[in-house]
Amino acid sequence: MAAKKIYLDNNATTPTDPRVVDTMLPYFYTMPGNAASRNHPYGWEAEEGVDYAREQIAKLISVEPKEIIFTSGATESDNLALKGVFEMYRRKGNHIITLKTEHKAVLDSCDKIEKMGGEVTYLDVQRNGLVDLKELEAAIKDNTILISIMWANNETGVIQPMKEIGEICEKHGVLFMSDATQAVGKIPVNPKEMGIHLMAFTGHKMYGPKGVGALFVNRKKPRVKVTAQMDGGGHERGMRSGTLNVPGIVGFGKAAEICQKEMAAEAERLSKLRDKLESTLMERLEEVYINGDAENRMPHVTNLSFKHVEGEGLMMTFNQNMAVSSGSACTSASLEPSYVLIALGLGDDLAHSSIRFSLGRFTTEEDIDYAIEAMVKGVNHMRDLSPIWEMYKDGVDLESVEWTEH
Amino acid sequence: MAYSEKLLDHFKNPRNVGTMDKSDKKVGTGLVGAPECGDVMRLQIQVSDNGVIEDAKFKTFGCGSAIASSSLATEWLKGKSLDDAMSIDNMDIVEELALPPVKIHCSVLAEDAIKSAVKDYRVKNGLEVPVEEKNHG
Ligand SMILES: Cc1ncc(COP(=O)(O)O)c(C=O)c1O
Repeated sequence: MAAKKIYLDNNATTPTDPRVVDTMLPYFYTMPGNAASRNHPYGWEAEEGVDYAREQIAKLISVEPKEIIFTSGATESDNLALKGVFEMYRRKGNHIITLKTEHKAVLDSCDKIEKMGGEVTYLDVQRNGLVDLKELEAAIKDNTILISIMWANNETGVIQPMKEIGEICEKHGVLFMSDATQAVGKIPVNPKEMGIHLMAFTGHKMYGPKGVGALFVNRKKPRVKVTAQMDGGGHERGMRSGTLNVPGIVGFGKAAEICQKEMAAEAERLSKLRDKLESTLMERLEEVYINGDAENRMPHVTNLSFKHVEGEGLMMTFNQNMAVSSGSACTSASLEPSYVLIALGLGDDLAHSSIRFSLGRFTTEEDIDYAIEAMVKGVNHMRDLSPIWEMYKDGVDLESVEWTEH
Repeated sequence: MAYSEKLLDHFKNPRNVGTMDKSDKKVGTGLVGAPECGDVMRLQIQVSDNGVIEDAKFKTFGCGSAIASSSLATEWLKGKSLDDAMSIDNMDIVEELALPPVKIHCSVLAEDAIKSAVKDYRVKNGLEVPVEEKNHG
């Protein structure tokens, strides 16, 4: 019997729903046209597929189909929104405000904007991962053109107060952009209700294919424009040139439709499983901490720190049978622990000890039961081996030990 | 990234896990690394009257490579003289466990732990501590 494999890393990417794949297939074989070909049925069919997907996606987030710009994914959407707004509005001002806990696609775009002559404020978050609204408002200046704050964090699942942020933006006449990659398709997302003007999201986090994403750009009150970052044939109302990824877009559309229908039941089911996982682990193991706000949080995510256990080592105890993710330095190329958890004020040691579980549509209760046993066994194994766990148990004040940093 | 069989074996069945009485004169203790850096190794040796390492124990907080490196180190230490112990090189560990380049620091830490345990024993017993000629920086 092949070893069971448990996938609890749905924030990294979701498996493509078979119904999505089925919808895509004809667009590889029988309808291979270019959606921009205006003079033959191949082009028309492809265009119809794209139009329909645009409607499905627009419907999911309650916007107009014309307000959806297709891209290659959320990274591109973030780049287009931030750099595109900066270039388009820089005569009005050059200041952008964002959070230290944003995704790299936002942070690195901001970094580039600074090199292009922009000014960026990176706000701290509170211990629970939420933005301090007073600090946010206080950071707005005469030259502020844009506030970029993600809907839900990829590492902790923490959901920001979008409505309140939107009101602040409205009051000060500042554009509001949100990376909603982790929220769309999983919880109700309605950018217009929140006063959001630009919103990035992607197919592969909502059971659609990889390599296709979208940017919502508000068209009325206000009419928002972004300078294209990809120049060429003038596709997507001139904001993003390049032949459309028709099968990908069609799949993205189908994924949106399924999410819309199944989201409520799925969120309820997954939050129960998540709570079971979390509470059982906290019951059966000592010194387990939830990272990020436990209330304002995505229903399928929990990020836990297991004190004095190193995350990557812990993951090795799973024998490659279970996929989770860790904020430990050892799992990243940089050898730095997660900057998101550090921004929450976790010490480096707790960041090294963190594990993110992100459940998904195909997660079963059996998977969760397996995960609980694997975690309890793994954490105990690692703690039996851990000198600092032993010191902690012996009442040694670890702060007072002189460590040899290396 | 696939790990070698040897590494996985040391990780799953770590040798010589445990704690010795660090106040015992026969015991030398090396504690290296820092929790903030994601790895801490404690390596202990028990030395016989004629200067041979009779027993070695470790506990490590860290990734799989760090645990395997220290487990291997305890195996190698047993039966060695202090001088021979001092000549264990981190690259020997890298080779034996086939550590990938990003994990070389784990073997460096193990070497540091050995040196620090031997030094602790020597200082405790009023023995001369040779000047270290190797520095990993
Ligand atoms: C919050 C957030 N933004 C952006 C991205 C990047 O998305 P994509 O892989 O579609 O470029 C991700 C996924 O890694 C994410 O979690």
